[in-house]
Amino acid sequence: MKQTAEYREWYKGRFDLFERSLNGEASAEIHSIRKAAIARFSELGFPTTKHEEWRFTNVSPIASREFSPAMEKKNSLTKEQLRPFLFKTPHRLVFVNGQYSDALSSLGSFPKGVTVSSLSSALRNTPALVTPHLAKYASIEDNAFVALNTAFVRDGGFVYVPDGIQFDEPLHLLFLSDAGEGMMISPRNLMIVGKRAQLSIVESYVALTDSNYLVNAVTEVSLDEESTLEHDKLQNDGMKAFHVSAANVRQKRGSNYVSNTLAMGGALVRNNLAAVLDGEHSECTLNGLTLGTGSQLIDHHTAIDHATPNCTSHELYKAILDQKSHGVFNGKIFVRKDAQKTDAKQTNKTLLLSDEAVIDTKPQLEIFADDVKCTHGATVGQLDEEQVFYLRSRGIDRTHARDILTFAFAGDVVNRVHNESLRSQMEALVNDKLNEGRRN
Amino acid sequence: MLEIKNLHASINGNEILNGINLKVNTGEIHAIMGPNGSGKSTLAQVLAGRESYVVTQGEVLYRGKDLLDLDPEERAREGLFMAFQYPVEIPGVSNTYFLKSALNAVRKHKGMDELDAMEFLQLVKQRMKLVDMDESLLNRPVNEGFSGGEKKRNEIFHMAVLEPALAILDETDSGLDIDALRIVADGVNKLRHKDNATIVVTHYQRLLNYIVPDFVHVLVDGRIVKSGKKELAFALEEKGYDWVKAEFEAAGASA
Repeated sequence: MKQTAEYREWYKGRFDLFERSLNGEASAEIHSIRKAAIARFSELGFPTTKHEEWRFTNVSPIASREFSPAMEKKNSLTKEQLRPFLFKTPHRLVFVNGQYSDALSSLGSFPKGVTVSSLSSALRNTPALVTPHLAKYASIEDNAFVALNTAFVRDGGFVYVPDGIQFDEPLHLLFLSDAGEGMMISPRNLMIVGKRAQLSIVESYVALTDSNYLVNAVTEVSLDEESTLEHDKLQNDGMKAFHVSAANVRQKRGSNYVSNTLAMGGALVRNNLAAVLDGEHSECTLNGLTLGTGSQLIDHHTAIDHATPNCTSHELYKAILDQKSHGVFNGKIFVRKDAQKTDAKQTNKTLLLSDEAVIDTKPQLEIFADDVKCTHGATVGQLDEEQVFYLRSRGIDRTHARDILTFAFAGDVVNRVHNESLRSQMEALVNDKLNEGRRN
Repeated sequence: MLEIKNLHASINGNEILNGINLKVNTGEIHAIMGPNGSGKSTLAQVLAGRESYVVTQGEVLYRGKDLLDLDPEERAREGLFMAFQYPVEIPGVSNTYFLKSALNAVRKHKGMDELDAMEFLQLVKQRMKLVDMDESLLNRPVNEGFSGGEKKRNEIFHMAVLEPALAILDETDSGLDIDALRIVADGVNKLRHKDNATIVVTHYQRLLNYIVPDFVHVLVDGRIVKSGKKELAFALEEKGYDWVKAEFEAAGASA
């Protein structure tokens, strides 16, 4: 394994190269954010399992390799190659190895005043929309991966929906990895939703090649009063890849945030999702499904900060783990002193399909208000034999009965995705992965 | 159709069935009655293939086949059906999807074509009428959030769709009010014909007013201690089970 100092030097060196390649294209403001971030990364270093937040997830496989930031490069991909990753929506921004591709992207018509573009173009053309929000929600202070992403901030999806505007059909942010060994891709997304506005976003992370690359993504979301966002994520990187992400959501009064995450591809996957309920009567619903096979490690870390009274949060995280896979769920709920009438519910359910699969599940409730309703529950188990027998007693064979029940367990999360075409795509992926697990 | 010979079965080392003998012919309805804990439900479960019970002695012939040698799904495909005393809730699986998978498994086994979605829907709508079932229950997850009565009706609805040769109704009357009981019983009667048979397992005579049995058997301590015609059920309703037990013990003592 590399010594700690070595990777710090390595990324500092990559940063210097990156800085030179920028040729002064970006504003001084964004560049000072990058510089602060690489400095912070050098101070923090990658976390070890001694850090409470990383107890179950050992990132030494990432720390011990030298990843190089993906540099600007023309891609020769065709729209035909995208087809397997698409679902029905007119709005799509496509990124190849983190870099926006205008040729592969397409946007349908959308309401006046809405800005949809790559972050790089938004930084050039509408910096006044970007800078009040960029790097304001995802903090570099205590998360080395966020610091590393921020140091190499360049591109990703950008959406701005002004007050009162409904942006109905989902915006698909498609991140394709066509990466060679050791490439680091640092997508950075920013979504700003105005008062009473509505938006639906789908992030998908998929691979064209099966190599050991690193996706280190950050998504920041600002929801103004009474706005609504459905934020779906399909994480299906290559099985040798690493995927670390952070989504940071700031919610104002009466806003509603829904997140549905399907995590299934990669050797090591860590999704951080943090929402701050920073206005009364706001609501957040976080749902997640993990599908693990082989020796995959898939980790969901959520943090909900009930900073104001009368807010509601719901969490449902499920995992289906086969073979030697390892799942982690850590759900932090923080209820501040003034956040009376908080209603928080957290559920974590795991289905273990093999004796060697492991789940670490940890609810973390820190409650400083007295008039609150907070519940959490975790179950870990095998398929219910009563249910299997019921199906068999009607003529369905054991294997099919088990498939039906396993699929139903997953469906509980997948069915929450609104877009029908995306939902069917996810169902097909779940089905394939479960079948693949059984064949091995 | 069914012949049970000296059947012994146990669970966790406890002997529950102590030598059951029973013969059921096509066209017949048999009622199995008995006090709580007599082994009635165990008999139904063993016939359906519940693996937690161990058959320690005896044999069961079903349409000439060794029933105990078949997996539960094979029994179902061969036309055996058990209506559960406690129907199982299956969240995330719609009643229609479940039933279509079951029916097509049965049809495939019989060498028949699988039904497509349209054909299946037609069949289902027709069969729902038999048990006066609400259409909304079709697309809901199997039994999830169903009332007690709806669950039992759903069992008979499954039976109506699968058209078994031998149906075993395990305490189908428990938890039903009189109206629901009548609807369920009507459904069973309409499905009856000369080539199928029914075993009704019940504690009370009440259901037998609606599903009239050809034979009544009394099960006590895992054995059939008395068999008779439908009048036996009336006697049990009136006098309880103790006298049958006493009579059986007396006979045993004198033998």
